[in-house]
Amino acid sequence: MSGWYIEKGPESDVAVSSRVRLARNFKEYPFPSRMKREQAQQLMGKVKSSVLDSDSDLADGVEYLDLSMLGSIDKYSLVEKHLISPELAVSKRDCSVILSKDESISIMINEEDHLRIQSLFPGMQIRNAWEICNKIDTLIEESIEYAYSPYFGYLTCCPTNTGTGVRASVMLHLPVLSMTGHIRRILEACGKLGIAVRGIYGENSDTSGNMYQFSNQVTLGQSEADLINSVTNIASQIIEQERNLRNELHKQDSLRFEDRIFRSLGIFEKARLITSEECMKLISDIRLGIVTELIKDISLEKLNEIMLLTQPANLQKHAGRILDSSECNAKRAELIKSILNK
Amino acid sequence: MLCQHCNVRLANVHLAQIINGKKIEIFLCEQCAKESGQFCLECPPEINDFLAGLMGFQKNNNPYVTINKEIACPSCGMSYEEFQKTGKLGCSNCYSVFAERLEPLLKRIHGNTEHHGKTPRKMELDIKKSNELIGLKELLNKAIQSEEYEKAAELRDRIRKLEVE
Repeated sequence: MSGWYIEKGPESDVAVSSRVRLARNFKEYPFPSRMKREQAQQLMGKVKSSVLDSDSDLADGVEYLDLSMLGSIDKYSLVEKHLISPELAVSKRDCSVILSKDESISIMINEEDHLRIQSLFPGMQIRNAWEICNKIDTLIEESIEYAYSPYFGYLTCCPTNTGTGVRASVMLHLPVLSMTGHIRRILEACGKLGIAVRGIYGENSDTSGNMYQFSNQVTLGQSEADLINSVTNIASQIIEQERNLRNELHKQDSLRFEDRIFRSLGIFEKARLITSEECMKLISDIRLGIVTELIKDISLEKLNEIMLLTQPANLQKHAGRILDSSECNAKRAELIKSILNK
Repeated sequence: MLCQHCNVRLANVHLAQIINGKKIEIFLCEQCAKESGQFCLECPPEINDFLAGLMGFQKNNNPYVTINKEIACPSCGMSYEEFQKTGKLGCSNCYSVFAERLEPLLKRIHGNTEHHGKTPRKMELDIKKSNELIGLKELLNKAIQSEEYEKAAELRDRIRKLEVE
C-alpha cells in the first residue's frame, strides 16, 4: 500500500498531515451551480488537457477520473483519503477529479468552484504543499483565463474564498489537550486569531479520534505567504503545548497514562468486533503510545495504513463487496489483526 | 419575485410609498413600471395614475415615493436577493454588478477588501504592456513637440506594434 498518508512527516508526533487548497474559476463560464451541461463538459475537457497534455512533469503522474463513472464506494473511498470533498461525492453535476498516482495531488473540477487544486503532505509541510499548488495553478493558467479582479483577487462562488482562494490547513492529533480540557482555551484563541478549527473531514465533521484541522479563515487582503506563515506559526505553538502536556501527564501519573494506552492496545489487537467510532478512539490512544515510545512494535506508518483502510468505504473496497454494519465491524477487527501481523 | 402587475416578468423595480406615515410597497418589472408612462426611473417621480389606480388613492394625494431599482447580473441572472439567501454568487461578473454591496460584506468576512497576493501572469503582462504604452505615448508627444519627426515616426510604429500584440 502506498500513498502520502502512509508516510510520517516533520513533527509527526503531533502533526498528521498538511493541506493547501486553491479555489479558482474561469472567466468564460458562470460558476458551477449555474453552468449548463455542455459548458460543464467543455470546461472539464479544457482542464483535463491543460494538465494531461502539457509538457510539465505534472502530466506524467496523474490520471483523470470522471465522477459519473464511479460507484458510491469508490467515491467515498476518495473522500476518506481526503482527495475529494463529501460535496463532490454527492454532487449531481458533471464533475471530475485529476489525481496524482501517489495520491498527494487532487484537482477537483466543478465542485463549488470550477477548480479546487489541492496538495497533501504528511506531517507539518504547509509550505511545500503551497509550492505544488502554485505550480499547478500557474500551469493551468497558461491555457485558460481565470476570473480575476485586481481589486477582489481571484473570484470565487462564495465570497468567503475570494482573494487568494487559499485555504491552508494542518491536521493535529491532540489527545492530551483534549482529555485535559485545555483544548477549549485553544479553540477560543484560534477564533480570535482568524484560525478556523474543524474535524477530520472539514466543514460539518466531528473531531473524532482527537484529530483537529486548523486553517486560515481569511483569504482576502493578505498574501499567500502571510496566510501560510500564520497557520504554520499557530500550529507550531499548539504542537509545543501538546508535547509539554504529554510529558507532564506521563510524569505525573505514568501508570494511569500507560494503562489507558495498553488497554486500548489490548482491544485493538484482540477484539472481534470494532465499530468505526471505537476504532478512531483506539487509534488515538495507540498513536499516543507509539509517539511516546511506549508501544515499540507498531510503526506510525502501519497505524496510518490501518487508519485509512478501516474507514467504511475503504474497508468495503478492500473486502471487494458491500458489507452491512456488523460485517463491517467484524472485517475491521480482522483487517487490523492482519496488518499488525504483516 | 414576479411583477405584481403582469405576473410574468421578474420584479426588479421596488416602489415604496409613504402616505400619512403608512408605508406601501409594490414590486414591478421594468416594463410595467415604464409602461405606466408617467414616471421616470432615473429621477424623483410624482404620483401617477397607474400607481394611484393600483393603490386606490386619489391623484391629488401628495405622497413621498422612493424607487429602489433591484439589479440582476446580466450574465447569469442572479439577483442580490438570491445571493443573500444562498450566500453564493452566480458568476464572476456578479462581483462588478454587486461591487458596492459586496465591499462591506467582504470587509466583515475578511477584515479587508483589497487583494494582496498572486496575480495571474497574463494580468501582470497586461499591466506591464499598458505601462509601456503610456511611456511610449509620452515620448511620442515630446518628439512631436520638439519636431523630431523621424523619431516620432519610429515611436508611432512601436506603439502600433504593441497595441496589436
